Amino acid sequence: MGKKLNDMSQFSIRTMAEMAAAGETPEIVFWVGCAGSYDARAQKVTLAFCRILHEAGISFAILGSEERCTGDPARRAGNEFVFQMLAIQNVETLNMYGVKKMVTACPHCFNTLKNEYPALGGHYDVVHHTQLLQQLINEGRIQMKEGGVFKGKKITYHDSCYLGRVNGVYEAPRAVLEALDADLTEMKRSRANGLCCGAGGAQMWKEDEPGDKRISVERAEEALATGARVIAVNCPFCLTMMTDGVKAKDKQDEVMVYDLSELILKSANLE
Amino acid sequence: MVQQLLFIVVAGAALWMAFRQFKRVRRNILLGKDVDIPGDFSQRLRNVLLVAFGQQKMFKNWLPAIFHLFIYVAFLITQIELIEIFVDGVFGVHRFFADKLGGIYTFVISFIEILSLLAFVATVIFLLRRNVLNIARFRKPELKGWPARDANFILLGEIILLVGIFSMNGADTLLQDIDPAHYTDTGNFAVSSWLGPALFGSMEQGALIVVERFGWWLHILTVLGFLVYLPYSKHLHIILAFPNTYFAPQQPRGEMENMPAIMNEVKSMMGLAPENPATDELPVFGANDVTQLSWKNLLDAYTCTECGRCTAACPANLTGKKLSPRKIMMDVRDRMEEIGKALDNGKAASAADYQDGKNLFDYISREEIHACTTCNACVEACPVMINPLDIILQLRRYEILTESAGPQDWLPMFNSMENSGSAWAMSVERDQWAKN
Ligand code: SF4
Ligand code: SF4
Repeated sequence: MGKKLNDMSQFSIRTMAEMAAAGETPEIVFWVGCAGSYDARAQKVTLAFCRILHEAGISFAILGSEERCTGDPARRAGNEFVFQMLAIQNVETLNMYGVKKMVTACPHCFNTLKNEYPALGGHYDVVHHTQLLQQLINEGRIQMKEGGVFKGKKITYHDSCYLGRVNGVYEAPRAVLEALDADLTEMKRSRANGLCCGAGGAQMWKEDEPGDKRISVERAEEALATGARVIAVNCPFCLTMMTDGVKAKDKQDEVMVYDLSELILKSANLE
Repeated sequence: MVQQLLFIVVAGAALWMAFRQFKRVRRNILLGKDVDIPGDFSQRLRNVLLVAFGQQKMFKNWLPAIFHLFIYVAFLITQIELIEIFVDGVFGVHRFFADKLGGIYTFVISFIEILSLLAFVATVIFLLRRNVLNIARFRKPELKGWPARDANFILLGEIILLVGIFSMNGADTLLQDIDPAHYTDTGNFAVSSWLGPALFGSMEQGALIVVERFGWWLHILTVLGFLVYLPYSKHLHIILAFPNTYFAPQQPRGEMENMPAIMNEVKSMMGLAPENPATDELPVFGANDVTQLSWKNLLDAYTCTECGRCTAACPANLTGKKLSPRKIMMDVRDRMEEIGKALDNGKAASAADYQDGKNLFDYISREEIHACTTCNACVEACPVMINPLDIILQLRRYEILTESAGPQDWLPMFNSMENSGSAWAMSVERDQWAKN
């Protein structure tokens, strides 16, 4: 890749506050989310996506320390109070900056911002990063290298519940994978029938209820059965769960789990 | 004359009983909270036509879908024949429409016969699927006992109905040659024109008349029995699938219903809205009983076919957790029936007054609702647009907001969200990753 993924000397990431102070307005606000901000593995995705935005010449800003959790896990756990506390603060912040367009790499943030904030007075045009990636590729703003790393390689794609079944976005991420010239091999349960990774509904923050198996293992087995060496995901929680599942099957040395933006960054022509 | 009277009495009694049962079902559904279900009429119509009438969602799995379609279309189309049976029964005539419709009559009844034959095959296959083949979704604990018997009753009833139709038409075919004055010429029916002679060809006129009457009565008695039985059965879906798809919510699937009371309370805490006047009443949030669920949730429960497509797709159930979205629907229905019965027996004047020390949590355990990943697979899978997840989430809301209970594991998450605005307690800045 030439440049290091997290080489911040190449470009700086600015906050809304900084931009507003300079009297500038970004094209788009990148909503990072809790996982993207704090989870070590998801941070890499965050950086990869920032790098792509930068390379594509998109002016973007993050909210930085003004961003709060969207409240999705609290709401789905049943804790409406905590959800409202967070959501109201976020809506206040976003409306104060007059934010219109947002992109996020987390399907849970995507769903909450897009579908739940309007009832609280927050109306934004929200896209998931795979949708923006598709657009950038289509517009030629990111170009793939000839004979990229994944050319002809078997890749399988895991539909996250909140991007796929809940919001009906199945094609954009697949179109992005197509740009890699990879051999996309679908799992038995895909698209609307895709199996959950096990993290949603605030399961990420608790022990599993008694059962025979972890959901992540069930899904990882299905992904491994495709024979793919790469499992592509679009969600930081799926990333964690699928990585755990692959590890539980002791396949972590052969099979890698990546977010789509990482795959694109590895194959993009960034010269 | 005797038959005529008997028919009017039996049919009248059955219709009256069915009417009372359906009234009871309606009353039970209205035990739920009165909520408005916003929606666009043309979208509603589309759902009814495609999903209920057109069975669109059944075709995710085409084999059972085709067989189900045979039974369903046969059922729909047999209603035409039923009109004639009623006319004949009440006025003591025989095949009232035969000479009036001529060729069309032959065609329609032939069509019914062919579909009935297909339905017969489908019913046998369904009985095998339920009782012999080891299909996971028919082997779950919530189906043990009554629900499994209910499913078999219906299938056996279907077979009895078909036996009735073919005995009636088969014997009639032969009688038309023996006594053309009474047995109007109907033309050759597609199935009974050969099945009749094959089965009853050696019989005398007297015996044939008995077979024909037996078939006629068997047919109509099964249909009437069916009607009275429906409100007790998962088979209620043949009627309720229509209103249920009509009233299916149209907001984005990912939107959990907002709770304005809490929103306003939090806003006033944050100084963004005027303070609410304090009340002594402890508010109830979420639901712990059917009376706090919406009437649509309860309509869902009565519409449930207990097919288990939701449970077969549920990641929690698939990995051995206790949660089964089908069981959630069955539990809600059982609880509704329990309260409904108490009201019927005069144990309380209204559901609000009724106390039996029980609630939905006596049917649905905490372990079940805690296992849900809110993945929406159940919602997607349901052929009649039921939403088990909505009920699970309302139970969760009750547990957390009204009882201040719920999984201990979630407390640090809630605390960290409240204190630092993040789902994990972190000592570094949220945008630390962007700086170095
Ligand atoms: S939403 Fe919950 S109940 Fe429904 S399928 Fe997913 S985990 Fe199961
Ligand atoms: S909720 Fe729907 S999918 Fe589940 S058992 Fe009932 S009818 Fe079948």
